Amino acid sequence: MAEPVLEIRDLRKNFGALKATDGVTLDVRPGEIHALIGPNGAGKSTLIHQICGTFPPDSGAIRLLGEDLAGIGMAGRARLGLGRSFQISSLAPEFSALQNVMLAVQARQGSSFRFFRPVMGDRALIEPARAMLERVGLSARTDVPAAKLSHGERRQLEVAVALALGPKIFLLDEPMAGMGPEGSKSLTKFLDGLRREAPILLVEHDMDAVFALADRVSVLVYGRIIATGPVDDIRRDPEVRRAYLGDAA
Amino acid sequence: MNAAMSSREIFANMLIVALFLAIPLGAVLLDEPFHLTLATRIAVLALAATGLNIALGLGGLVSFGHAAFFGLGGYTAGIIASHALNVEPLALGLPATQSMPVIALVAVAVAALVALPIGAISLRTSGVYFIMITLAFAQMIYFFAVSWPAYGGEDGLPMTLRNAFPGVNTSKPLPFFLVCLAVLAVALLLFWLIRGSRFGAALQAGRQNPTRLAAVGISPFGIRLAAFVISAMVAALAGVLFANLSRFASPSMLSWQMSGELIVLIVLGGKDRLLGPLAGAMLYVFFEYMLGGLTERWQFFLGLILLGVVLFARGGLLGLLAGRPRHG
Repeated sequence: MAEPVLEIRDLRKNFGALKATDGVTLDVRPGEIHALIGPNGAGKSTLIHQICGTFPPDSGAIRLLGEDLAGIGMAGRARLGLGRSFQISSLAPEFSALQNVMLAVQARQGSSFRFFRPVMGDRALIEPARAMLERVGLSARTDVPAAKLSHGERRQLEVAVALALGPKIFLLDEPMAGMGPEGSKSLTKFLDGLRREAPILLVEHDMDAVFALADRVSVLVYGRIIATGPVDDIRRDPEVRRAYLGDAA
Repeated sequence: MNAAMSSREIFANMLIVALFLAIPLGAVLLDEPFHLTLATRIAVLALAATGLNIALGLGGLVSFGHAAFFGLGGYTAGIIASHALNVEPLALGLPATQSMPVIALVAVAVAALVALPIGAISLRTSGVYFIMITLAFAQMIYFFAVSWPAYGGEDGLPMTLRNAFPGVNTSKPLPFFLVCLAVLAVALLLFWLIRGSRFGAALQAGRQNPTRLAAVGISPFGIRLAAFVISAMVAALAGVLFANLSRFASPSMLSWQMSGELIVLIVLGGKDRLLGPLAGAMLYVFFEYMLGGLTERWQFFLGLILLGVVLFARGGLLGLLAGRPRHG
């Protein structure tokens, strides 16, 4: 078995008496889409915050390509290759779509302490950024401020920004949220191809997308992973059905 | 980032510059040196506010302590000049000088050295705490200056002569104005370049959404600290010129009212705008002298106008003239 790209071992986080993360162990292997599902309040967001470095776990370890992430902040983790999209779009609202992606290109080139050269004539930033917008299908909207984009377009832009970082792993927090059926369908197709670039940890409520995309699924309930396995196993797992899927699946 | 300017914005900028330059021109033509002093005051205040605009306008860092750097610049000029006048060496046996470029360099370096720790500590906080902690640091420096009798204490430090600038007779109003105008022009160019640079992109992204900046792998702290220090250096440069203008390094330059005044200039003129500080300084000095001539309570009316700007014209004077800023 290949070395996992992201490895989470026995992660624990309590908020007072609430065990928000209760011994989570999970890994994401090269080339796979690993979906994380669970009902509201299961602790998905808490887990993501710990992976991204918003706050530290009480105990346990998170390793990216074998490197322990303890003590590394959000920006440091991004530089190590954690490409993240947010559940609620988190962009620079006054910047155009292009400028949002250019910022990621600039970060990847590691060159933010340049004080004089104008970015708007800098082809080393503009061209890769345009290419990313083209890939996610936002070419026609490059000059529109992020705040003026539609909800679905902002989701696409989030993905373009993550893509521009050239990450080792994508951490996509509900990329389909609030998208129409057409949008979800085309994004599903897009993510399907993305796994060749880097594996994806996909947190998603849209079960059609999860079942279409995931190589493996982990089910989080009350801070614990109650099952991990291929899609078909998860669908059949009686405990999962009881806790989450109901009879619809 | 620099967007292509709309023609309306170009027109607004040209109008501000033309109005501003009309003051010294009129003063020279009508032989009214007092109005040259007004124009110089506008240029120097605009310079200080342009410095603050890097932190406040681009970075969203509402420093309520920039008087500290403004005053440090003023006191550096006053202290070095007084030593030179008395032919006394400075601390550590360094020779004193009357040369304005040398004094300005020292003042800028001092401001950078002081701003670095202040910024490093203050930037651990945000929002109202950042405002309060920058205020607290500035007040510390203010009370230090007031309680230091060697350099005038509460009375401040008079400068008998203006510092010398090579090839320029700084004691005459017009040459001194031109020096200040040139420094302001350089600072505005610097602001323009920074705003459009990679650094400026990161700084402005951090204002709009620090989480986004961190998520692409750029730590907001380093970017903001650099902006804070650059901003302080420009304010100190303005302080050197201000002390020269009034021939006096006054504790009031270090006071919190001064910090507030700089913020008011930016808000009046239009924050984040290249010429916002200049427009603000023009309005401010205009009210100070026009309303000040009519009533001692001119600041009451300034307050009303500021209220109007904040409630009805968030973009300040330039926002009114130029419309919403374009992005993209």
